[in-house]
Amino acid sequence: MLSRTADHLFWMSRYTERAENLARLLDVTWQMSMVPQSLAAANQNWNAVLVLNSLETNFARKYREVNGDNVLRFMVSDPDNPSSLYSCLRMSRENAHAVRGTITAEMWETLNATWLELRGQSYEQLTANGPGEFFEWVKTKSSLLRGVTLGTMLQDEAFHFIRLGTLLERADNTARILDVKYHVLKPKGEEGTSDFYQWGALLRSVSAFEVYRKTYRAVINPERVAELLILQPDMPRSLLFCLKGVVKNLELLANRQSGETLRRAGQLYCEIRYARIEDILEHGLHEYLSDFMERIYDLGNGISRDFLVPVQEAA
Amino acid sequence: MAYYNEMHAADGSVRPHYRRYAEWLASTSAERIARKRAEGDLAFRRVGITFAVYGEEAGKERLIPFDIIPRIIPAAEWNDMAAGLRQRVKALNAFLHDIYHAREILKAGRIPVEQVLQNGQYRPEMQGVDVPGQIYAHIAGVDVVRAGAGEFYVLEDNLRVPSGVSYMIEDRKMMMRLFPELFATHKVAPVQHYPDLLLDNLRAVAPLGVTDPTCVVLTPGAYNSAYFEHTFLAQQMGIELVEGRDLFVQDDTVYMRTTQGPKRVDVIYRRVDDDFLDPEAFRADSMLGVPGLLRAYKAGRVTLANAIGTGVADDKSIYPYVPEMIRFYLGEEPILNNVPTYMCRKPEDLKYVLAHLPELVVKEVHGAGGYGMLVGPAATLAEIEHFRQLLLAKPEGYIAQPTLALSNCPTFVDSGIAPRHIDLRPFVLSGHGIQMVPGGLTRVALREGSLVVNSSQGGGTKDTWVLED
Repeated sequence: MLSRTADHLFWMSRYTERAENLARLLDVTWQMSMVPQSLAAANQNWNAVLVLNSLETNFARKYREVNGDNVLRFMVSDPDNPSSLYSCLRMSRENAHAVRGTITAEMWETLNATWLELRGQSYEQLTANGPGEFFEWVKTKSSLLRGVTLGTMLQDEAFHFIRLGTLLERADNTARILDVKYHVLKPKGEEGTSDFYQWGALLRSVSAFEVYRKTYRAVINPERVAELLILQPDMPRSLLFCLKGVVKNLELLANRQSGETLRRAGQLYCEIRYARIEDILEHGLHEYLSDFMERIYDLGNGISRDFLVPVQEAA
Repeated sequence: MAYYNEMHAADGSVRPHYRRYAEWLASTSAERIARKRAEGDLAFRRVGITFAVYGEEAGKERLIPFDIIPRIIPAAEWNDMAAGLRQRVKALNAFLHDIYHAREILKAGRIPVEQVLQNGQYRPEMQGVDVPGQIYAHIAGVDVVRAGAGEFYVLEDNLRVPSGVSYMIEDRKMMMRLFPELFATHKVAPVQHYPDLLLDNLRAVAPLGVTDPTCVVLTPGAYNSAYFEHTFLAQQMGIELVEGRDLFVQDDTVYMRTTQGPKRVDVIYRRVDDDFLDPEAFRADSMLGVPGLLRAYKAGRVTLANAIGTGVADDKSIYPYVPEMIRFYLGEEPILNNVPTYMCRKPEDLKYVLAHLPELVVKEVHGAGGYGMLVGPAATLAEIEHFRQLLLAKPEGYIAQPTLALSNCPTFVDSGIAPRHIDLRPFVLSGHGIQMVPGGLTRVALREGSLVVNSSQGGGTKDTWVLED
């Protein structure tokens, strides 16, 4: 496969996954904003969305105040924000456009139709029935693409690059959500109804609320939430699950120069596989997650270097 | 002017090959037709069969209007036309080989030497270069119109990077999807195997000694107006769609960059113009090309389809000499008519053209796509004056032809069904003999009275049926 083709597939899936996770995050933040709380607390949650995506400076350039309306506008449909849902879906579609001969017709039509529907509408039109409906729409479209991919695509090299992109992006996004939310929630200490909703919302943002109930059959507490999102082997958005998939797809794609990247991915996977939540919390969750995200970033660079960036020398 | 109507004879009766279709049209409700037309539009947009128009907002894509009334050609008419096309393309390839080698036709004085050698499209780099099978124009898109009492004329031989074949195939797919019943009652010759024929011809011209060639489609990229077609053809042939940056040349061999390392490329179906192919040899500012490609090509290590330098044979200033090529190389009389052409570089022709501008079509010698042309009968006085100045300033840059009474075909327009002018672009493949699928792409000028069918000028397309007896 052409390196450029692999690159487009990898980023097509990363942007789609990013859009879905962002829609989830915005959805729970919006739902949480309806729980009775002080204005400062509400705005702190909206600010967390910006921190999570390292967008504080970008945001400040266009908007004066961090509040629900401004953050939603910025994250939903602002074309100047490279991380907005609008930008993610545009990039996803553009990458697909460049390889529309490699993906199946159904995949292309799904992404293209999504983009065409989004492109023609203003923020007001998109959120006319409340932002929740729009976030639902983004999630549905992402699910649709995933389903169409699984249901129509030959499980060849192209498919593995798509999976690799999806899982790497998801690992990063889950770590980010946990890091920022844990940071916001933890210091307060005392438990109350607000906290219950806050932790519930965090779980919902990664579709893990029911999984939590099923796994622990107990009240929601921060340590268990962290354990679930990091160490649960079968939860599709946990770090362990994502890393397992990254290693598997890297093994399937291996070429002459990808040994070191595979080794690093395997090492990270094993470390999580045999980790204990007590040790992680003792070490400091923020430090742990920062280190994890750095290593995910490093894996992304390795994949780029080994497969995607053109190899200059001839055979 | 009286126009030949494809469906109706002069007395208003339906021509025999349209009879069954006309009955179907008369018995199908307007609601059903309207519903099907909307369905077709939606499907084309969803699939992204679009076309980028230069000069509009970057990246903006437009749908080419599709008309559901097919253009029907009886088998006997097609067979004659096909014989004429074969003959023409054969002579054009012989001409290209000749002018880059012995130049017999110039020595024999059949074409003025300066018309060829001073032509901007003549590539001195190609002199003495041997290409596999002596084939230069592997893919030719010959524009044919019907005029006068019904005879066919060749309007243009497109031998560089002719496009439109994907619409031919998609139009057929769409017709079969919208109106399957029509294909049960008509024996329509299939066209969907075009990509197979194309691949067969590309493989046949692989460099010497390569038995299982790797073929690729080279595209300028996603912002090119014909990008949809490039991806379509690559996908249908099951070969890679590459951009210049995916290829590199080492030791006069072309490689593509893959996830498993470099892989040799043997045949390139290139949809990039000569000027942009190789920044080392042609335009140095080209970002679309491959440095060193010309070297590899001249060394015979890679085949380009079409060859470099075919533009000199489809140039409008060479067009008047094609019948002469047929006589010279094949010893035959041309089967298809040429349109009488005034070459404005000749003082007596220029004088005639200037005196008859309101009746003539004036075209830029190097123009394409319906840009930079004057259709006298449809032009305003100001436009005619503008062209008069252009002609006086640079007569050698223009040719003129009588305005042909292009045939028309019933077409859906806002006010219902009305006749609109059409042309036909059959695609002729050379390499493994000469092959084509029956028919081609029918383009239709949707504006009332317009004779310009180019999609960049608001033209649409129709499915083209060659009816087997």
